[in-house]
Amino acid sequence: MNLISSLYFSAPEIFLIISGLVLLLVAAFGGDKTARTVTILAVAALFGAAVYTTDLLTNPAYELGGEAWAGIYRMDSFGSFAKILIYLAAIGSLIVTPKFFAENGGYRPEYAILVLFSSVGMALMVSAVNLMTLYMGLELMSLSSYVLASFSRSDNRSAEAGLKYFVLGALASGILLYGMSLLYGFTGSTSYLGIRLALQGGLSMGATFGIVLILAGLAFKIAAVPFHMWTPDVYEGAPTPVSAFFSTAPKVAAVAILMRISLDTFGEHTLAWQQIVIFAALASIVVGALGAIGQDNIKRLLAYSSINNVGFILIGLAAATPAGASGMLVYLTIYVAMSLGSFVAVMMLKDAQGSQIEKISSMAGMVREKPLLAWCIFFLMLSLAGIPPLFGFYGKFVVFQAAVQADMVALAAIGIAASVIGAFYYLKICKVIMFDDPAGEVVGDTTTSNWAVLLICSLIISPLGWLLTKPLVELADKAASSLFFVI
Amino acid sequence: MGAILMGGFPILSAMLLVPLVAGIACFFLEAHAARLTALAATLANLALGIVLWANYDIGGAQWQFVEQAPLFAGFNYALGIDGIALMLIMLSVFLMPICILASWEAISKRVGEYMAAFLIMEVLMIGVFAAQDLFLFYIFFEAGLIPMYLIIGVWGGDNRIYASYKFFLYTLLGSVLMLIAMFWMVNEAGTSDIPTLMQYDFPAAAQTWLWLAFFASFAVKMPMWPVHTWLPDAHVQAPTAGSVILAGVLLKLGGYGFIRFSLPMFPEASAQFAWLVFGLSMIAVIYTSLVALVQHDMKKLIAYSSVAHMAIVTAGLFAFNVQGLEGAMMVMLGHGLVSGALFLCVGVIYDRLHTREIDRYGGLSINMPKYALFFMLFSMASVGLPGTSNFIGEFLALAGVYKVSTTVTLVLTTGIILGAAYMLYLYRRVAFGVQKNADAAAMTDLNAREWAMLAPIAAAVLWMGVYPESFLAPMRADIAALEVRLARAAPAGDSMLEIGTPSGTNANAMPELEHDNTGEGAH
Repeated sequence: MNLISSLYFSAPEIFLIISGLVLLLVAAFGGDKTARTVTILAVAALFGAAVYTTDLLTNPAYELGGEAWAGIYRMDSFGSFAKILIYLAAIGSLIVTPKFFAENGGYRPEYAILVLFSSVGMALMVSAVNLMTLYMGLELMSLSSYVLASFSRSDNRSAEAGLKYFVLGALASGILLYGMSLLYGFTGSTSYLGIRLALQGGLSMGATFGIVLILAGLAFKIAAVPFHMWTPDVYEGAPTPVSAFFSTAPKVAAVAILMRISLDTFGEHTLAWQQIVIFAALASIVVGALGAIGQDNIKRLLAYSSINNVGFILIGLAAATPAGASGMLVYLTIYVAMSLGSFVAVMMLKDAQGSQIEKISSMAGMVREKPLLAWCIFFLMLSLAGIPPLFGFYGKFVVFQAAVQADMVALAAIGIAASVIGAFYYLKICKVIMFDDPAGEVVGDTTTSNWAVLLICSLIISPLGWLLTKPLVELADKAASSLFFVI
Repeated sequence: MGAILMGGFPILSAMLLVPLVAGIACFFLEAHAARLTALAATLANLALGIVLWANYDIGGAQWQFVEQAPLFAGFNYALGIDGIALMLIMLSVFLMPICILASWEAISKRVGEYMAAFLIMEVLMIGVFAAQDLFLFYIFFEAGLIPMYLIIGVWGGDNRIYASYKFFLYTLLGSVLMLIAMFWMVNEAGTSDIPTLMQYDFPAAAQTWLWLAFFASFAVKMPMWPVHTWLPDAHVQAPTAGSVILAGVLLKLGGYGFIRFSLPMFPEASAQFAWLVFGLSMIAVIYTSLVALVQHDMKKLIAYSSVAHMAIVTAGLFAFNVQGLEGAMMVMLGHGLVSGALFLCVGVIYDRLHTREIDRYGGLSINMPKYALFFMLFSMASVGLPGTSNFIGEFLALAGVYKVSTTVTLVLTTGIILGAAYMLYLYRRVAFGVQKNADAAAMTDLNAREWAMLAPIAAAVLWMGVYPESFLAPMRADIAALEVRLARAAPAGDSMLEIGTPSGTNANAMPELEHDNTGEGAH
């Protein structure tokens, strides 16, 4: 637990913070024209952090992980797995950003820096083993996100999205903080291990309230029903690259801390939170599916789709087994590819004036004009719906299998039956782009960076993705097992 | 013998790969090149299929051409076939080139994508029959929704959107519960290997639920009354070749599911629910036959007749004896050919007049005699005339059901009579009578392409009707094994069949006559 190992374990975060500060200086002195350079450097920094973290994840020398900074930070394979996903998602959404703002105007170097700081916050969250560190990371992420949501200063919708996100996010943070303080009051510790040890004797009423409030705060962050109301508005109003970012990286981070807190800190009181998770899972699946049906705005629809997907991820948590946790990580990985790909595809829907098309009806018959883009959207939608042989099915496969193995057959049956409702609205988009008469509005996009991200995501969700299952499951199993250590 | 002759060549994977590669190529090809590529690929697969059949060792190992590769986490890439799967694979590869020919001129927009969808469909169908891993089976089984959804939705008729939705969501809802049941089974048995699961004895109480979950899926695919309503819509709206593949092969997935999963894996539950199946089959045969009788749309009529034929399949399957099982398989094969051919016959005249209204035709035997002959042959085969494929299947299936229940047989046989009624009525209205419509009377007879589509099916129908042994032989051992597996749960039967003692003389032997002709003329 000395300084060197602490530095070594948390090197990616430290490196990213320093990069962020340096880039901030570059931006301050260089002005707006450095925006592109700063973005490229930020991507490079995130990539470096991801590579370093991959080494921490795969190197057998760090198999067991280790504590850092006097027990407030923990390097383990679970955190590393989540962090790699977060960094990759941030990279993906950064790559497509400059072009988007170049057309709409108003791109500034602060964007990339905010994403960078937000990523650091998320990385701290997933590695935190102390409620204070967790809260700090969470707020670093959230504050950056609020600014990102309202980044298009001239756009009213964007400003509205930022304000809504801020007000509701602050409320959720308050709830979370209240839960933490209750927990501290009843256990006398803010470290996960301390809380776990203190709760071994049994749950007092106050501690139960603490758990419930913490779960409620986290449910807001992952946009699980009944704390999902902000999602459609924020995703719709925020600039599309920001929506792509919101639907991936912060979701991974929030799900990851939810997993760590539930399975590690409250790991011996599964019954106390399991019913809450089951309710949130089923409610998210159903509300996400039903809410999406009436939407004519593709971004709103994708927001409901992300609520729906969170429901499926929570099924894995409800199982409360290593297989369930591993399934959640696999699902998250696939979800990041699907969600990022979908938002990038949406970003590429341009009309003749170069402005973005968000209405689903305007996408009618686009397969005639833009076949490749249309087929990508087609497969992304069916993958989100979980139709085999697309890779999205595998995510559902692993979480439902885990639920059945944990003897929760009824939960699995209801959840999977509700997924058919979701298939309906994904089919609606497929129908509009494939079957309808061409509206002739989509002229498409030839930006290389967009195509690169879209095609990589599409390749991952294509049946070729199945070849990834072995290494993916191996890593996810390893990551999940580090949550289930025995004291 | 098969494995030795093949020398380890992964022929099943090759049969998946050929259409897959061609399908991807078709995406990028011009219309004509796509047609040629699709035809070449399907013919190559037919050739591979013939090699497969020729090398199949009848009486050899139960599972042949087995391949395994540990490609995925959670399940295996495992292929292998028995006689039942072999026959159904043959049916698929046989119908496929015919489907491509049927779409040669009828499909003029987005040809490359159309051919790609068909070739991918072929991959998935072969995959379903060849899969030896439960989850691999599920993936192939479900994935078929996507190309079929596109085929109906893009190239279908006026109401194609509604039909494509109905097809997709209906079958999806049926299947997802099966997936949960599969998870449970794999968790319980510790393997997802189908041959092992076929020998695994699940607790009887659990079997009930598992059976119902599988039933939800297979009954929709089959389709059984009352979940058949997606079929007429899908058929009517699909292009001709889509209907052929839907009726010819996709409907067999349900029957294949029963024979591969429900019966051997859950024998007790199958016996428990046999009466449910019989009941639904009886309703289906009578009800859908009556509905078929009043249709004005030729495709709808044939679609309803498919539901009726499939009901005979389900009844035969749940008879729990060799005759019933063999009969069900033969009806599936025969119906695959005959209903496919009937849809092609509809397609031939639809291409000329662009309507499926029965009343718009009439007297076609005058101006299209060759067409009328083919149509007659397939109508008769659909009725189940001796000498055609369906007779063998229906006779065996009914004989099998008779051992279990005379009442059910009585009702099912009534359905066959009704079947004769609606088919003959259809034929009379289309081919006989006066040529009341001038445009229908001006239609030309079959061209060479249509000959090439219909003649092979006609030959196969007659072959199956005259010498069914070719088709029964590969399946015999597998069906016998299935009967043994089912024996412990087989129902008693109400026919009380007793094998009498042979009389010692031939039944037609002349009695010993006394050679005094005194009695002559006395009575």
